[in-house]
Amino acid sequence: MMGTRFARRVALAAGAVAALCGPVAAGEITGAGSTFVYPILSKWSADYSAKFGDRVNYQSIGSGGGIAQIKAGTVAFGATDKPLAPEELAQAGLAQFPVVIGAIVPVVNIAGVRPGQIKFTGPVLAAIYLGVIKNWNDPILHKLNPALRLPNAAITVVHRSDGSGTTYNWAYYLGEVSAVWKKDVGAGTSIQWPVGVGGKGNEGVAAYVNQIPNSIGYVEYAYVIQNHMKWGYVFNNAGRFVAPTVAAFQAAAATADWAHSKDFDLVMTNAPGPAAYPITATTFVLMYKQPKDPALSQSALKFFKWSLEHGQPDATALDYVWLPPVLVKQIERYWAAQIK
Amino acid sequence: MSVASDAFGGPAPPGRSRADLSSEKTHILGDRVFQGLTGAMAGLVFLVLAGAALAMLWGGMLAFRTFGARFIYSADWDAVNHRFGALVPIYGTVVSSAIAILIAVPISFGIAIFLTELAPRWLRGPVGAAIELLAAVPSIIYGMWGLFVFVPFVASDIEPWMSGHLGVLPIVGPLFSGPPIGIGMMTAGIILGIMVIPFITAVMRDVFGAVPRELKESAVALGATTWEVVAKVSLPYTRTAVVGAIFLGLGRALGETMAVTFVLGNAHDFSLSLFMPGNSIAAAIANEFTEADSPIYVSSLIALGFLLFVVTFIVLALAKLMLVRLGQGEGRQA
Repeated sequence: MMGTRFARRVALAAGAVAALCGPVAAGEITGAGSTFVYPILSKWSADYSAKFGDRVNYQSIGSGGGIAQIKAGTVAFGATDKPLAPEELAQAGLAQFPVVIGAIVPVVNIAGVRPGQIKFTGPVLAAIYLGVIKNWNDPILHKLNPALRLPNAAITVVHRSDGSGTTYNWAYYLGEVSAVWKKDVGAGTSIQWPVGVGGKGNEGVAAYVNQIPNSIGYVEYAYVIQNHMKWGYVFNNAGRFVAPTVAAFQAAAATADWAHSKDFDLVMTNAPGPAAYPITATTFVLMYKQPKDPALSQSALKFFKWSLEHGQPDATALDYVWLPPVLVKQIERYWAAQIK
Repeated sequence: MSVASDAFGGPAPPGRSRADLSSEKTHILGDRVFQGLTGAMAGLVFLVLAGAALAMLWGGMLAFRTFGARFIYSADWDAVNHRFGALVPIYGTVVSSAIAILIAVPISFGIAIFLTELAPRWLRGPVGAAIELLAAVPSIIYGMWGLFVFVPFVASDIEPWMSGHLGVLPIVGPLFSGPPIGIGMMTAGIILGIMVIPFITAVMRDVFGAVPRELKESAVALGATTWEVVAKVSLPYTRTAVVGAIFLGLGRALGETMAVTFVLGNAHDFSLSLFMPGNSIAAAIANEFTEADSPIYVSSLIALGFLLFVVTFIVLALAKLMLVRLGQGEGRQA
């Protein structure tokens, strides 16, 4: 009797161990990368698995980590805020497509200035971040904002201390509007900031801007909404001051030149449309063109197809911006052509 | 005729049986095994230390080879153009830890003296427990408290006062000038100081309590005041442990990551002023490692870790040196 009870316990334990340590459960799609998309990917995967059963396991380890893991073949897809060049993609055998849109908004902390009052242009933002414009009562800022009483106070610039796709897109935009920035600083997920203090993550930048008076920082759109931060208008390529709204981000996505981009290698900043918000950015997903596990790859594509076509309510709820239908169609054609 | 011998080689006492003798032999074997095991554990410590240092030296080889000695004194940190230098992180680590120790040592000393000599007996328990609770607070809580409570206070009250009164002095002026943003080297040093106080206090309190009462009573009998007992009897007696406690706190401050990254500002700028933001080795590695996208970037961060090893080693060597010098002084007085 002792023997059978013992044997049953051993079998139970072995079964539990096998279940835990066995190969990835059929239908579990693994991904890793950008922290920016983590909230929306979690929501999409929860809704998708409730409807269809396949689970998506996403680890937000940063864009650099995502690229490294997909190249090592340990995940089914990687997510990065900075697009890879077609040469690098071809060398690694990867396909790349955008999956969600975000925008980067300048925020300030100036006594008496409310959300949606202050106006910036691209060159002015570059000058502030270069340390050329040092004080809020600089004549250039006064000319842009004649109705605002900007104080005679030094500007404290806040940037990111960690490497980030947000920084990449912000720096890329500043490089597009300022030749000095492009030459002296350049664009990258981590750059040598001429001035300012660094906060860790969007949360860190938001916290610093809220704590330090007379400061300016840049954060993702979702953080501006959720923390009620004092955002500013940005002057776009078509000559208008544009507020950061979902419509403005979609206008930027619609007018960006996706059709001529190879492997969607396009940074969407400074889009030409009249209503486009100039600092809009996309997160890209990387997948193998000839995957080792074609069935898993097709499951992942089905997940993304559902998310791109039916994921709009989730995206809106979390303050993300979904891709315009024209772009979704282009992405689906790309899948059919590139990913086996 | 051979005489039965006991475990130590002498003649066996009468009445001892063979069973007793063989169990004593097992005890020798057991002793040897025990010695071997504990020796292996001590050796394991060395192995781990050497392994970690070598692994970081290996990982940082690319950076050391590319930049050479310039890596240590260059203030560049440019990930786009692949130019890295460790000056700013090393400077930030050393300065914030130095401020922390300057603040923590007198306070810890005062707390330890209070608890062992001056406090009424009923107060020693609660204060001691409060110190230990302070040690158990996670460092990230210190960082958050620092950012949300302490930084505004520093920015609105302490820094303007300091730049007005100390910023105008001739030599130390530049240390205390700059815009009062609150985030910076000084704030980080103060937060670190508060963090290491419990560690230093705990050790100091234990060793002051272990000073033999006869020594203290003899001094009192000769007419010494409480302060003289502390300064001339307790401190010299516990000198090694006190220095050890201070360097334990310093080691904690050198390696602290989360509390520092909240309040130090994470700016790769070299500035003499204590009000300006800086960077520390641990904060730089924690912030930038996951997104370091080029091999030279990763190698530079690992090289920074190796330099932290070197800094800690130098600090410990200085501690040993100080102890030896103090010990020499003692011999002469006798």
